[in-house]
Amino acid sequence: MTPIHDQSYRRYGGGRAPRGRAWAVIAAGGIRTFIGRRMFLGLLLLSWSQFFVRAVQFYAAANLPQILAGDAVAAASFFAPTPATFRDFFDKQDLFVFVVSVYVGAGLIANDRRANALQIYLSKPLTRAEYVFGKLAILMAFLLLITWVPAIMLLIVQILFAGNFTFVRNNFYLFPAVTLFAFIEAGVVSAAMLALSSLSNSSRFVGILYAALMFFSQALFGVLAFVTGDSSLSWIAITHDLAQVGDEIFRLPLRYRTPWPMSFLMIVLLVVVSGLVLERRVRGVEIVA
Amino acid sequence: MAETAPVVTLDHVTVAYGRSQVLQDVTTTFASGAVGLLGPNGAGKSTMIKALLGFIVPEQGRMRILGLDVAVASLEIRARVGYMPESDAHIPGMNAVSFVAYCGELAGLPRVDAMQRAHEVLFYVGLGEARYRNVETYSTGMKQRIKLAQALVHDPDLLFLDEPTNGMDPRGRDEMLELVRDLAHHKGVNLVLSSHVLPDVEYACDDVVVLDKGRIKVAGPIAALKQPRGRVYELRVKTPAADLEPFFERLRAAGLECHATDEDVVRVFVPGEGGARDVFALAAAAHVQVRHLRASVPTLEDVFARAVGEE
Repeated sequence: MTPIHDQSYRRYGGGRAPRGRAWAVIAAGGIRTFIGRRMFLGLLLLSWSQFFVRAVQFYAAANLPQILAGDAVAAASFFAPTPATFRDFFDKQDLFVFVVSVYVGAGLIANDRRANALQIYLSKPLTRAEYVFGKLAILMAFLLLITWVPAIMLLIVQILFAGNFTFVRNNFYLFPAVTLFAFIEAGVVSAAMLALSSLSNSSRFVGILYAALMFFSQALFGVLAFVTGDSSLSWIAITHDLAQVGDEIFRLPLRYRTPWPMSFLMIVLLVVVSGLVLERRVRGVEIVA
Repeated sequence: MAETAPVVTLDHVTVAYGRSQVLQDVTTTFASGAVGLLGPNGAGKSTMIKALLGFIVPEQGRMRILGLDVAVASLEIRARVGYMPESDAHIPGMNAVSFVAYCGELAGLPRVDAMQRAHEVLFYVGLGEARYRNVETYSTGMKQRIKLAQALVHDPDLLFLDEPTNGMDPRGRDEMLELVRDLAHHKGVNLVLSSHVLPDVEYACDDVVVLDKGRIKVAGPIAALKQPRGRVYELRVKTPAADLEPFFERLRAAGLECHATDEDVVRVFVPGEGGARDVFALAAAAHVQVRHLRASVPTLEDVFARAVGEE
């Protein structure tokens, strides 16, 4: 008797996607995996808390003068958004950038190395660059979701609550500034984390290593700044380099004495080193000569 | 039977890890159908497969798969090839069906098709009931099957199977070999089965390439290689194995090949027109008492032993 459904092996006659899209499959697969974790969803929600606080602040700034009389005008001007408000928003999001980077990024390549998945990936029709780009896209997507998306939303919320375009018209550069800084921050952090992740088979070790590098470089700068009484050595901490470049992008006074091109150079250097590490470590076979 | 073009061609290929040459000026072809890549551990089998997949760039030589140059059309080749690695390999945090479908998507299948194929190949390899379990909870035998499933999901024209029966119990091993044989003989999938287990290759493959110390020792259809250019006898002798060396020396001096397969069992290959009488005469001269002698059917083991020079 012929079975209703033949469960034997059959040749495939359907279509195939053009090459060069495997990175999107990797990115989508990774994003789906993390979205499926309740703890991570909670973390994402928590990282948006500042957005809600700022939204209330913008609402107050726009509406307090109409609600109350007298001192309320002064209060409204206290709440009124400025370009520094948006720069400050990014500063305060740094904690979540750190936590999400460790949570998502530490295992991106380390777990694949532990499970020997690289030879599975690279036996498929995709290049090493596509693999790295796909993994990079996972972390960058989440970092932009907690930095760029809420910052742009805040600008939109400001327009909605104010009922006019005055603030945005006067500070039109904020849209590109927010976008540029968010992408630089997400790109640099993702590249560095991915490079570290490729160095080990243990995501826990990678997380600890990343945290140690961040805190150690900041602590070293703190000690040197205290001893020398000068902040021009801030380039040794990548977080300070990002802060310097961020201040420049937002047209605010620089917080350290290091010239911003120097900080930018350090960022570029970190990305280049990360690329070299990834080029060396992401291979289908590990050769120990 | 009509000659078909080889699916894999290696032309003077040399692969080295540092100063150690793992493949030395290898020139060979793999015919269509099922071809066994046979050799002892460390012979260079896995290295050859990794070089063919583009994981390792050879120091010299050219390789072609399905008519495409490995150095030029690596991605095109990988779209038409499936690879089952030797070591445990999976994508962490996924159940079997998600893992196999994901591999299908990576190979270019649309998501819906990849999912459908994943279910089909998981049933085919015998993991239908366990397809929603996390791969990390699988036993060794199940991990071997899932590796085969991920290699099959995109319907490759050529499969590289690196030690597919490693770590499997006898029943699982038989089932795996049955799958391999079915793929090659009934489903039109060409495959290269790398193994050091001779019966596996003999059962599943039509052709064999024997590799030893990075060099090709012998290659061709198994049936033709097994054709005796003489006769093979299996002897059971009374003399302790430790005292058999003088007997072996006499056999070798007379141009007979021999190797002990068990404690008191010796296989002797008598070339040309010689026969059992020659063996008896040499045994008598060496004071070895032959308890039992029977003409033996030549096996791949004989071919392998002759090629590699194993005793």
